[in-house]
Amino acid sequence: MLRIEKLHAGVKGIEILKGIDLAVPTGEVHAIMGPNGSGKSTLAGVLAGRPEYEVTEGTILFDGRNLLELAPEERAREGVFLAFQYPVEISGVNNSYFLKAALNAIRTHRGLDELDAIEFMGLVRERAKLLELDPALLSRPVNEGFSGGEKKRNEIFQMAVLEPKLAILDETDSGLDIDALKTVAHGVNAFRSAERTIIVVTHYQRLLNHIVPDRVHVLSDGRIVKSGGKELALELEEKGYGWIEEGVTA
Amino acid sequence: MIGGLGLGAGGLELSTHLDPYISACERLERERGAADPGWLRTLRRTAIETFSSLGFPGPRDEEWRFTNVGPIAETRFVAANDGVSRLTPQWLGAFGVGDIGPVQLVVVNGRYARELSPAAALPTGVRAGGLGDAITAEPERIGSHLARYATVEQHAFRALNTSLVADGAFVEIRPNTVVEEPIHLVFVSTTEAAPTFSHPRALVLIGENSQARIVETFLGPDDERYFTNAVSEIVAGPGAVVDHYRLQREGRRAFHMGSTCLNLGRSTSFTSHAVALGGEIARHDVVATLAAEGSECVLNGVYLAGGRSLVASHTEIDHAAPHCSSREVYKGILAGQARGVFNGKIRVRPDAQKTDAKQTNKTLLLSDEAQINTKPQLEILANDVKCTHGATVGQLNEEALFYLRARGIGLEEARSLLIRAFIGEVIERMALGSAREQVERLIATRLAELR
Repeated sequence: MLRIEKLHAGVKGIEILKGIDLAVPTGEVHAIMGPNGSGKSTLAGVLAGRPEYEVTEGTILFDGRNLLELAPEERAREGVFLAFQYPVEISGVNNSYFLKAALNAIRTHRGLDELDAIEFMGLVRERAKLLELDPALLSRPVNEGFSGGEKKRNEIFQMAVLEPKLAILDETDSGLDIDALKTVAHGVNAFRSAERTIIVVTHYQRLLNHIVPDRVHVLSDGRIVKSGGKELALELEEKGYGWIEEGVTA
Repeated sequence: MIGGLGLGAGGLELSTHLDPYISACERLERERGAADPGWLRTLRRTAIETFSSLGFPGPRDEEWRFTNVGPIAETRFVAANDGVSRLTPQWLGAFGVGDIGPVQLVVVNGRYARELSPAAALPTGVRAGGLGDAITAEPERIGSHLARYATVEQHAFRALNTSLVADGAFVEIRPNTVVEEPIHLVFVSTTEAAPTFSHPRALVLIGENSQARIVETFLGPDDERYFTNAVSEIVAGPGAVVDHYRLQREGRRAFHMGSTCLNLGRSTSFTSHAVALGGEIARHDVVATLAAEGSECVLNGVYLAGGRSLVASHTEIDHAAPHCSSREVYKGILAGQARGVFNGKIRVRPDAQKTDAKQTNKTLLLSDEAQINTKPQLEILANDVKCTHGATVGQLNEEALFYLRARGIGLEEARSLLIRAFIGEVIERMALGSAREQVERLIATRLAELR
């Protein structure tokens, strides 16, 4: 269970999140939608512990632990995963070396044995197939020279390998063609389970045709202004965000 | 007394700084001058005259603007005596010098130490030993090479080294010889009660169509003040393929000035890896002359410094013949209040058409107070050439750091992953596994100290 209460956060003294209250029960998929600048990516970043954001008020409880007290790596080891909107190219760091280091850091934290090279490669090959990711990308530097679609698939592939308890997908659909979108959605759907919680942050409704959410929340100017079932996404698609924003100011 | 020295421009204060060196040169002449060939005595005399008139470089000397050698000039060093008797194999062993390979020549305080150089059979076609012995055995031959590549006219430290040349390491590889084992020259400095200086020298001759790996290591005690002023000359004959490593791992309080002077013949392929890890003030000059057509010179460099130390890398590539290429990548990491200097000179002579030269310098600053002065210097006198250069200075990429952490990798490990990735490009080019592994270990240790 993820429970966000009265969350205020910003960057360089400018408040972006102005009091978020949100509860996501374990096993559910919630979509967070909203226009540009509404604070969607800030919320995703704050959940993962992005250092430049300053939280001025509120709590984020995940399975009873206050995430705000944890460093980004500690959150990851507790099972939080952020699929980046803009995955970072890291030249000189091998993709599979990186993933193995990450997986073993998480496994060690959970009291599991580290995977050896053979076990790791077995797992990685299987999950790469699920995401239709070219295995050659594994031996390349992290995200370097990847196409936009490959980068996004690589994010979901990492999620499938690391098996987090809470996954936050930050505009994973942006820049994807329909085939890549379906592949990514397929990967996410395969990952859905009663133990896992997923937050899908998106500007558009189209990803939600393929990853059907349990709840949809609309973010506007740093607050959740409307929540509803999956049909809310369709309504937004039809009427645009203006309708919501007007409703708020009216 | 050496005739006609004159104290000239330097004046009295400067001359006192030079005194111990001039005395050492005079003593050398007194003690063994009579036994040395005439050319060697002339060489030393010319060199000490040059050193005396140049004096130690100051901040107004363009070549030394960012490399303040004041502390070297101001320290009253004494000539290091025979350090071999007090040197234990355990102490030397702790540096892991034996890991590089079985063929090892040890030079202590500039003198070849036969007793410390394992008597492993030299590979066929290789001659190696003391430079002093080689001068005695073949005076004309050595005289035709020694100090022909390491010019002294404009370089006080090379002049100083040359003014005291008497011994060191000598390696010769006969033509058409492929030497698999690396030949490791270990230059050890030892200290006494007072700060000591020594001037190690090496001459390496690689014959036509031969292939060799040469490793030079410079080391000394970690917490004592000493001054090593080294010069190595390497001549690669036509068609030779040479892989060269220079591991500067002096103690943290040491002063190190070093020159590597290369002369490349027709169609040679020369790769040099210069690693600078130690010293409070350390400067290394590579002077490479591409003397004949079709040669290729690759200069890789890695430098690390922390605290208040200074590390300077100067390279000077002289394209003196057509159809030669040079590739240069120097990467450094500076922490604390360390200062770095990179000066990359490329000269393309008028008839060196079709020259292809590329130079890159990248520095990673781990603190706000660390600094680098980087300067490319291109002097192109031919019209059909390709010369490029580039320099970057930056800090660890915060976004990359967060990306790694967001996947569960701890902050320290993430930082070290990114740092290793930064210099990985240069390390990976080290083809000699034993040297590469040692460099990786030394860098890891050094990085841990720098944080």
